[in-house]
Amino acid sequence: MTASFKGKVPSRRAFLKGSIAASGAVLGASAARAAEPDPLITEVQEWASGLGEGVDATPYGLPIKYEDDVIRRNVEWLTADTISSINFTPIHALDGTITPQGCAFERHHSGAIELRKEDYRLMINGLVDTPLVFTYEDLERFPREQHVYFCECAANTGMEWAGAQLNGAQFTHGMIHNMEYTGVPLRTLLNEAGVQTEGKWIYVEGADASSNGRSIPLDKAMDDVLVAFKANGEALRKEHGYPVRLVVPGWEGNMWVKWLRRVEVTTQAIESREETSKYTDTLEDGTSRKWTWVMDAKSVVTSPSPQSPIKHGHGPLVVTGMAWSGRGAITGVDVSTDGGMTWQPARLAAPGTSKALTRFYLDIEWNGEEMFLQSRARDETGYVQPTKSELREVRGENSIYHNNCIQTWWVKANGEAENVEVS
Amino acid sequence: MSKSLNLYGGLGVGLVALLTGAYNFADRSVTPIPDEAPRMNAEADTDFQLIASAQASNAAADGKFGLGRPALPEEVAAWDLDVAPDGTGLPPGSGDVWTGEEVFVEQCAVCHGDFAEGVGNWPKLAGGDGTLADEDPLKTVGSYWPYLSTVWDYVHRSMPFGQAQTLTHDEVYAITAYILYSNYLVDDDFVLSNENFLEVEMPNADGFIIDDREEAEKHFWNAEPCMENCKDSVEITMRATILDVTPDEGGTEEEAAAEPAAEETQVASADATAEEPAAEEASAEPAAASIDMALAEEGEKVFRKCKACHQVGDGAKNRTGPVLNGVIGADFAHVDGFRYGKTIQEMSDEGMVWNEENLTAFLADPRGFISGTKMSFAGLRKDDDIKAVIEYLKTFQ
Repeated sequence: MTASFKGKVPSRRAFLKGSIAASGAVLGASAARAAEPDPLITEVQEWASGLGEGVDATPYGLPIKYEDDVIRRNVEWLTADTISSINFTPIHALDGTITPQGCAFERHHSGAIELRKEDYRLMINGLVDTPLVFTYEDLERFPREQHVYFCECAANTGMEWAGAQLNGAQFTHGMIHNMEYTGVPLRTLLNEAGVQTEGKWIYVEGADASSNGRSIPLDKAMDDVLVAFKANGEALRKEHGYPVRLVVPGWEGNMWVKWLRRVEVTTQAIESREETSKYTDTLEDGTSRKWTWVMDAKSVVTSPSPQSPIKHGHGPLVVTGMAWSGRGAITGVDVSTDGGMTWQPARLAAPGTSKALTRFYLDIEWNGEEMFLQSRARDETGYVQPTKSELREVRGENSIYHNNCIQTWWVKANGEAENVEVS
Repeated sequence: MSKSLNLYGGLGVGLVALLTGAYNFADRSVTPIPDEAPRMNAEADTDFQLIASAQASNAAADGKFGLGRPALPEEVAAWDLDVAPDGTGLPPGSGDVWTGEEVFVEQCAVCHGDFAEGVGNWPKLAGGDGTLADEDPLKTVGSYWPYLSTVWDYVHRSMPFGQAQTLTHDEVYAITAYILYSNYLVDDDFVLSNENFLEVEMPNADGFIIDDREEAEKHFWNAEPCMENCKDSVEITMRATILDVTPDEGGTEEEAAAEPAAEETQVASADATAEEPAAEEASAEPAAASIDMALAEEGEKVFRKCKACHQVGDGAKNRTGPVLNGVIGADFAHVDGFRYGKTIQEMSDEGMVWNEENLTAFLADPRGFISGTKMSFAGLRKDDDIKAVIEYLKTFQ
């Protein structure tokens, strides 16, 4: 479910303030000796004496109630209506690299439709020898592949072009998820229909009212594009395109057409609404880039961050975040605690893999000093994530999409963090 | 115990190998699928091809699996609707500006405004000429869209919002003509057709360049970035909390204050809707007793057609249409602060209330029941849908 910041949800900000105050009393407690025995240890707790739930209590589980603030969130003022809108993955509270489907961001243009597998049809037409129609069962009979890929909306961090605006990693960088997909390579299906030599592009569209049509060069379609029907081992969620979505590795999320219903082989780009009026990048002089499909290398510290302040005392602190590149594998992430004056290499939790999230850690000693935390991703093509001013020098401030700048969190002496821009 | 120790010991050694070779390893360990198309084989290395041929037993020599069935011409015609910049895909038809205005006001103006100027946060389709290099460019069909085909294609396939693919081809031509007229691109006697479609000049047709990042941003490929003494000092130049537009879970007051970008009507209606939850609580129990929840659930789905304009539930606000909390049994013009049309206000003053009978009649034929209603929705065709949506509305009494 999506929370829209209405109603009776307890204030997380208030909660955080409370816990920071409480932790202030035990600053440096890690090394200190306990004054009193801990009743959680010395007294028999209810859960250690009574019984928990049976195996029939929750046929399909949700996170425990204590984690009920780790949810997708919506920024109401961004769009006219939630049906054609976006929400944000709670990346500040996640670790590892795989995004659980239930909290992976959603972006719809005509709402999340409910399409049964039995009613699903996929058409391949246009410049092919035999236009074909596949059922869902047909798709299941082609040889499958599995890959982990990130899907990032081109507008991720888009509200930050003109300045630091939204105070939380979820809002500045949460239009991203990373899942393990199972599906059939699109080239297999195109080959089944027989692509004719004049074919240079494909045009893909979904079954929803928006249909969200996009044009993709045939070379990409024949390379690594996947027609996916499983994510993280289970069926896609309806908000991610159940029963079948397109996976376009490394390219902007808008091209990952959900509820995929048609692939047309064409000689030219269709120049749909989604690739002209939207998902184009206006430069300072008023001209605009189009066909900016690849997502540049990018990273962000997810904790500490405004929604995930330091709540413990001085001493060991885990700085963590994630990095990704649409051009290939992440080869390294550097972290700065002083706003970019000096950098040190972070530890990658696992070697980067192509077009997928990489988790990084930096284990430091923190003694209450202010920090300007930044992370800087590098990928296998030699690309280095730019600063916001470096990006603005080339692109001005009128872009919406493809903001992959270095993010700064100002971590204060009390452990709270704020989204800032620095010189 | 010894097993886990072994595992742990092995990990240290294994990790070095993993770090140096894992990317390569991961890439190569993917077993290629057997139906490699010719163009892939050209790039794949020989190992791949060996494995591929060993596994290709279930595919014919041409790599085909014989799955799926030929698409019938009628099926292709039903789905293949896209129109390309050169006019490919454009069906015969025509429409003039004045017809376009009529259709637009009826079908589109609820979100896009009578003059395509946009309502609230909904897209503005006209204006913005010459603003693309300004601080906040106004991107409309006239100022930004490079191809007219995009307008026809999008209106035809996806509009009106919530009732896609209900417009005739001639209506789409007429609406497109009216949008051009709203942008001062054609005169009021203009008739757009498939014949003259390509003659229309779009002002920003030459305003686009193909992605040039690899050239224009070449300096970002900098394999040896600075690690030390990268700059002399660091000063804060901007803070997000000063601007304070981040949603907060604490309640609506702070949020309303922090919404400079929000449309006026939202802010203006905040007071009117603040009282809704109290009213809801007071009457929730008696109403709940008579509600068919299964039917209401069906109604929730039907209500998606209404959601573009009407909100219900906690924190609902007036949008294009009034909040519908407590609508059952209420006066026709029951929401304070909402600007109702003349006729509905008069009917309300005469004592008309939204009982099930009136709601059913209204939802079946909005304009027939209240002449001149501002609600542009054409009505619900199925009686079951009407019953369901009314049941759903009962849950917000």
